[in-house]
This record gives sequence, structure tokens and C-alpha cells, in this order.
Amino acid sequence: MSSLIDQAVAERVLARALANGGRFAEVFAERRLGQTLAIDERRIESVQAGAEEGAGVRVVEGSTTYFAHVDGLDPADLERAAEEAAGALRAERTESRPLQARETTPLPIERRPEDVPAERKAELLRELDERARAKGGEIAQLSASYAEARREITVANSDGLFGGDDRTRVRIGVQAVARRDGTVETGAETLGAHRGFELLEDDPGRIAEQAAAKALTLLDAVPAPSGSMPVVVGGGFGGVLFHEMTGHGLEADHIQKGASVYVGRLGERIAEPLLNAYDDGRLPGEWGSDAIDDEGQPTQKTQVIEDGRLASYLYDHLTAERDGVASTGNGRRESFRHLPIPRMTNTYIAPGDASPEAIIAEVDRGFYAVSFGGGQVDPATGDFVFGVSEGYLIENGEVTSPCRGATLIGNCLEALAAIDAVGDDFFMKTGICGKGGQKVPVGTGQGHVRVRAMTVGGTER
Amino acid sequence: MTELSAVARRAVEAATDAGAGDAEAYVSREGGRQVRVHGGEVESLTAATQSGVGIRAWSGHRVGYAYGTDLSDTGVAAIAARAAEAAAVADEDEFAAPPRPAEIEAVPGLSDPSIAEWETARVADLALTVERTALASDPRLVGVEVTVYADTDERVAIASSAGVAGEYQASSAYAYLSALAEGEGARETGIGFGLARGPRGLDPEAIGAEGAQRALAMIGAGKPASRSCPVVLDETVAASFAGLIGGGLSAKAVQRGRSPFAGRLEEEVASAAFALHDDGRDPHGPASAPFDAEGVPRRRTALIEGGRLRSHLHDTYTANREGVASTGSAARQGYRSLPSASTSNLIVAPGELSLDGLLARAGDGIYVTDVAGLHSGVNPVTGVFSVGASGRIIRDGELAEPVREFTIAGELVAMLGAVGAAGAEPRWVPFGGSVSTPPLLIAEMAISGS
Repeated sequence: MSSLIDQAVAERVLARALANGGRFAEVFAERRLGQTLAIDERRIESVQAGAEEGAGVRVVEGSTTYFAHVDGLDPADLERAAEEAAGALRAERTESRPLQARETTPLPIERRPEDVPAERKAELLRELDERARAKGGEIAQLSASYAEARREITVANSDGLFGGDDRTRVRIGVQAVARRDGTVETGAETLGAHRGFELLEDDPGRIAEQAAAKALTLLDAVPAPSGSMPVVVGGGFGGVLFHEMTGHGLEADHIQKGASVYVGRLGERIAEPLLNAYDDGRLPGEWGSDAIDDEGQPTQKTQVIEDGRLASYLYDHLTAERDGVASTGNGRRESFRHLPIPRMTNTYIAPGDASPEAIIAEVDRGFYAVSFGGGQVDPATGDFVFGVSEGYLIENGEVTSPCRGATLIGNCLEALAAIDAVGDDFFMKTGICGKGGQKVPVGTGQGHVRVRAMTVGGTER
Repeated sequence: MTELSAVARRAVEAATDAGAGDAEAYVSREGGRQVRVHGGEVESLTAATQSGVGIRAWSGHRVGYAYGTDLSDTGVAAIAARAAEAAAVADEDEFAAPPRPAEIEAVPGLSDPSIAEWETARVADLALTVERTALASDPRLVGVEVTVYADTDERVAIASSAGVAGEYQASSAYAYLSALAEGEGARETGIGFGLARGPRGLDPEAIGAEGAQRALAMIGAGKPASRSCPVVLDETVAASFAGLIGGGLSAKAVQRGRSPFAGRLEEEVASAAFALHDDGRDPHGPASAPFDAEGVPRRRTALIEGGRLRSHLHDTYTANREGVASTGSAARQGYRSLPSASTSNLIVAPGELSLDGLLARAGDGIYVTDVAGLHSGVNPVTGVFSVGASGRIIRDGELAEPVREFTIAGELVAMLGAVGAAGAEPRWVPFGGSVSTPPLLIAEMAISGS
């Protein structure tokens, strides 16, 4: 893998960054290439190609990080960034350690998406459109999108680290609108991976059918119930529940500011012993995987809940330094225009041994949340909320009517402790996670999970 | 001609040279800084410059787009070539055509010189003052999770082969904090914020005090009982809902059948107490500019008046499709994105009642001061929503104990029909876009709690 900047240039930039002092300096260079297109009203539109490159330089002194970013990767651009970053510092020059080039093997890409003609991608979207509309005349609108993104990065720091990565992600999404008389419903589905175009060789059209089926199912929906009841959460994207409820609260920046309900609870029992959960940036081909994080640290598998006990927080370089531990490879940034912060990669509840059928059969009256539109948490208070995009009533142990307009709401610690069953039907789904104004790709996963009691906020009167 | 307009002109030529029938270039250059403080110290200081170009190419009625950061001659030529190539992949759309040039009138006062005048140490001090004010307000205010000051000064130039040409500069500055209060065994958060065109327009003490007050007010919050009752939305919550309504008023969403306002022009969609307009030239509006993202002059557009839906928001494409004039509502997320019909400054008309008057009118209900989960809890196509909320009980027309962990649910158009009164004191809020709104009284909403 070739580097975006020469070692000699990186050394010069780091020296420049430390010219006015600082205990740590880093240069992060990036080239971003992307292509997106969409189909809507049966027409291919919004065909876009992007090419951006630039670098961010940070210098850390005391408890302050000085950061500057510029467009362009010429040595002069990088030195300008270093000068800007160091500009506010007034201490004695410090020295960087000699750089040691570190070899990284990027995740394998079998078929580079940029080598696939755009017409082929347009054809794929037409297929998605056809497949969804074939589900019936009640599909009134269909839009689908294709996106590929390549991020080449090079990172060098004053601890002597010099490495890089080359990441390619491909994702398609489908949104279907179904209409019957005055009733309108929507259904959405996505498929994505840290892989090349090979991701789309195995019948991608199925997600169009799934999106259409969701919208059609909801045409028969009743208003969602309100109140506290047992909730069974579906596999895959259901894992967003754990991502929001627990994952964010384990990010070390929240912990160190006292803005997390998990502060001081390492080693404590916070869930039933049946619960084991991980953050794993190394899952092959997964959407949230990378070979190294955005600080050059190899990604890793971190167990965060072990038999119901809180096992680890998630660290980037600075938060790890502060706690005197090693980074867990969770330092991520949206682009060279952002500072790295502790972020999840692929976060999941490990498979349990219950069958999804049995988990549901034990519920007398409850709610079955198959899929979410997304969720949000305030890590400081632990209050969370999830919008359910596909949900059903559970009555006498059976899944009955589909429901519209349901939201799940609760508090992290209570809801986590209330998980009393974990299914064996594990799989992963893709998500885009926002934090501090930065969006990064994350994976979420689990089998079916049951929460003893949770508040469902619906529109039923 | 400035350097930026020259880049735009060159990009248009490069695109037509590359085979585009028509072309448009949008070039932006912005400088900005951000200060984050924590515990009385500066946590990070960011200095940023960024620039880029987005080129839209028309080949007959096919449109392609490409963007990039390389503004050199060869860089721009490469981007232009990719835009022309992209157009060949798109399908024909008879309404796709470049906007016609029109007289552009400047909007004065968009760029505040105090951004350049205030050195970084001074704006860092502003952020530290925000934090200090919050921490000093009450012993139960135990910390501030984050305090941020940020500003940007941006120059935008646009040019097209149809003769569109324009340039402007606009600045903005904001500060916010998330304060932490503790009491009765729980931790509460509160947001305070301010926005202006430059740091001199921000009041750090007021921002810090707001965050503290919002966090402190939540101490001891319990879950309200499920019920249907009157609800008063504070300005921040009203703004979030106004933003959702604005999204549904985009003609793109309407024409594609993905809006609760589709097919309802001139119909009754709100109570007479709710009036809404969009004004891309409002002197106080954070999103104001002389022209929109495709060079069409910004203007004022009445959206909902007398309870009736008066207009949707159009860009050139959606206007062509309906045979009307663009409302100057093309917007983009910077040079990376194609223009699309959207809100600029969305303004909810103020009414006559003070907040106390609204609470008195509500009688018994809930005052909602925060909502969560808007991006997942609202169906923008149908308008059906159920979102997490927190706030205070209203009892006998006065604010009583705090409540949290409940949802408010309903349907956007029905909610507009239930607006009982708008408050007299509007505020600019950066949630849901750029919105000015007073608090709103909703006659009835479904609350789901315990």
C-alpha cells in the first residue's frame, strides 16, 4: 500500500507541529473518492462523483488539543496546517520520535467499485425498483440509492507511528411507499459492507422486496399501544438498542467527564449473567470494520459486558493516556476535518441459546420491535428513545397485528438489567452513527432479545 | 472579478468543453474556528479552512454532478469532466434545466467583522465564561459536559452557462453548553445556546444560565401518567416541529408523494393561530443570503396563512414541473451536494400571549422543553410521530414538577390543527434548520408515560 505522504514529509510536518512545544503531535492525511446515484420515480438521478483530499494536524499540550486542517496534500499544505495548529502554543520546541513505518493489511476488496461502470450501478438500481414494484400495485413510490466510498489515509505521530489504511465501503438503500385509499406507509432496508462491488453479487434485489413488504405489511397496522410491557427486539439492527443504551455510555470521553451512567461501574453486575457484548472493529468485511483506527491503532475485539458484568470502556489515544491504559483502537473521525474521538465500530450482543420463537412464546401481552428507524441517548442521564419502523403486538405468545408509530423509551441501566433472554439467531446490520457532529459507519448486531419491561409510546387512545 | 468567481467561471467553461450542454459551478471558501472548553480549561482549539467546487452539468435533460477540493486549473477540469460523464448515466427528465439569471439584490450585514477582530484567546474566554456562569449558578450544578464556541466566515460564488453570476459572504457564530445537574439520586442535563453573525452578538452569561436553568429544572423528574392533555412546546421544541413541517413543504417531497402536505394546496391544514412563512432575506435569519444555492434570488414565501396552505417551497426543477416560479428555495449542504428545494429561514408568526398566558390557557397539561429521537420517531411521509420528551407538569395554569421519560405522539397536520395559540416572544433556534418561533400551545396531544 502506498502512502499519501512521504515519511520525510511527515517527519518535517511533525517537527513543525512541535516547534512551539507539545507532548504529542499527529498528522492525518486523507484522500476521499466517492460515487453515488439514485433512482426515484423510475428515473436514474442524482449521479454524483466526489474527490477530496486534505490533512489535519493536531498538537497536544497539557489538557489542550490544538488542531488545524487544510485542503490539499502538497507538503506546503501540510506544513501550513502544522503551523496553524502550533500557532497558539508558546512553549519550548519538543522532539518527535523517529518514525517507524508500520505495515497494515487493509481489508480485502475483490472487485473495486470504481472499476465497475456507472451504467452497471444504474442497472442495479433499476432492478431494485422493479423488484419492489413487483410486490404489488399498492407500492406507490420507490426510491433507491447506491453509494461507494474509498478513504485512503496516512497517519504519523510523534510517538513514532507511521501507518495507513485503504478502505472501501459500498452500500445500497431502498425506501418504499405503499398506499391504500387514504393510508400511506413506508418501509426501508439497507445493505452495506466494508467490501467492494462483490457485496452486490448475491441477489441485492432481495432488500427491495423486503422494504416493499414492510410498507405493505404496515398498511394493515393498528396504532401502537402505550404503556409499560415486555418488549422483544429483533435481530440485526435491533442491536442499535444496545449501541445506544450501553455503547455510547462506555465511550471513555463521556466516562471521563462524568457524563455517563456507567462511570465507576467497571466490574459491576449491570445485566443478567446471560449477557455478553463486544465492540469488534476486526469483523471481516463488516460495515464498521477497519484495519486500523483513525489514529493508526490496530482495531481489536473488546469485550464490554462479560456475563452481565461491565468489562471495559472504549478508548482512543488521549482518553487511554488519561486513564493510563492502552487504546482499544476506537479513535475514529469522520474525515481529516475532524478530531478523533472514542467511537464504536461494530457493537453487538453475543448470541445466546434461546430460539426467537421461544422468546416470543413466553410473552403474554407485549410488543415486538423488529426494526428501528434509529435511536438517541443522553449518556449523562441514560435516557434513550428509539423509533420503531416495524413493530407488532404480541398476544398470548403470538405475534399478531402490525403497529404504526411506536417509540421505545426508557433508561439505560434499568433496560439493560431487564434483558432476560438472548436469541441464537445472530446477525449484523449497518448504521450511521452521529456524535459530536461527526458521522461514522457502525455495525450493530444481536439475535432476538427480550426486555422484561419497557415503555412503548404509541398513538392508541 | 474575485478569485472565487473566476474559479466558478473556469469550471463552467471546463464542463462545457467536456461536452456538457449547460453547466453551473458553485464554489465556496470558508474559514472557521472552534473552541471546546471543559473544567475551566481549553480542551481543543480548531482552526479550519476549506474550499471546494460543485459542478452541475446538463446534457439535454440529463443532469450530472461532481465535486472536489482541487481548485487548480487541472483539478477543476477533472471535476468538470466527471460531472459531464455523470450526466450521461442519468435518465432524461424533461423538467431538468439550468435556472435563468435574475436581478440579485444584496442583503446587507451578513458578514460580521467581529469574527476577524476577536482573537482566539478572546473567543476562548467567551466559552470559558459560558461554562463558569453555569457552574456558579447553583451547588447542584455539578459539571458541564461540554461548552463549544464556533464561528465560520464563508464566501460563495456561483456561475452558469445560462448567465447566472453572483457572490456573497456570510458569517455565523454560535456557542452552546450541556450542563449537568445532580439531585434526588439522578443526573440531569440541560442545553443552553446562542447564535449570531459574530461573537459580539453572543451573550455568554445568558447562554450559561440557560443551560444551568434547564438542567436544574429537571431535578427530581418522574414519569407522567399516560393521558391526552394540552401541551405547551417551548421555542426549541416548537422549532424542531416547525423544521419537520418545513421538510414536508418542500415541493420535491410533495411532488414525489412523500409529504403529509401533498395535494393540499389551499386546503385547511392548520388552526388560524398558526401562520408560517419562509424568508431567505430576513435580516436576522441565520440562513439569509441574496440568492439561493442555484443563484435564484431569495425571497419571502407565505406557506401557511389563515390556516390554509398557501405555497410549497420550489427550486427551479420543482417549479418547472408545476409551471410556477421558483421561490428561491434551492439549498445545499455545501459544495458536496446537489441543490434541492428546502427551507431557508422558517418563521412561525408570533401571537399575543406571554409564556405565562399560554400556561394559564393550558390549565392542566405538560410544558415540553426537550424532545429526542426526531430522526427516528417521525415518519416524514405520513407525518405520524412519536418522540421522547421531557419537561414540566402544568397544574392550574402554572409550572409544577419536572417530568421525563415519556413520549408525545400524534400526526403533524393534526397537531397544526390543534394549535390553540402562539406565544408573543419568538426566538431563533438552530434546531430543525434555521427557525424563528415562539412557544406554541397545542390543545391536545397523546402522552405516554407510566
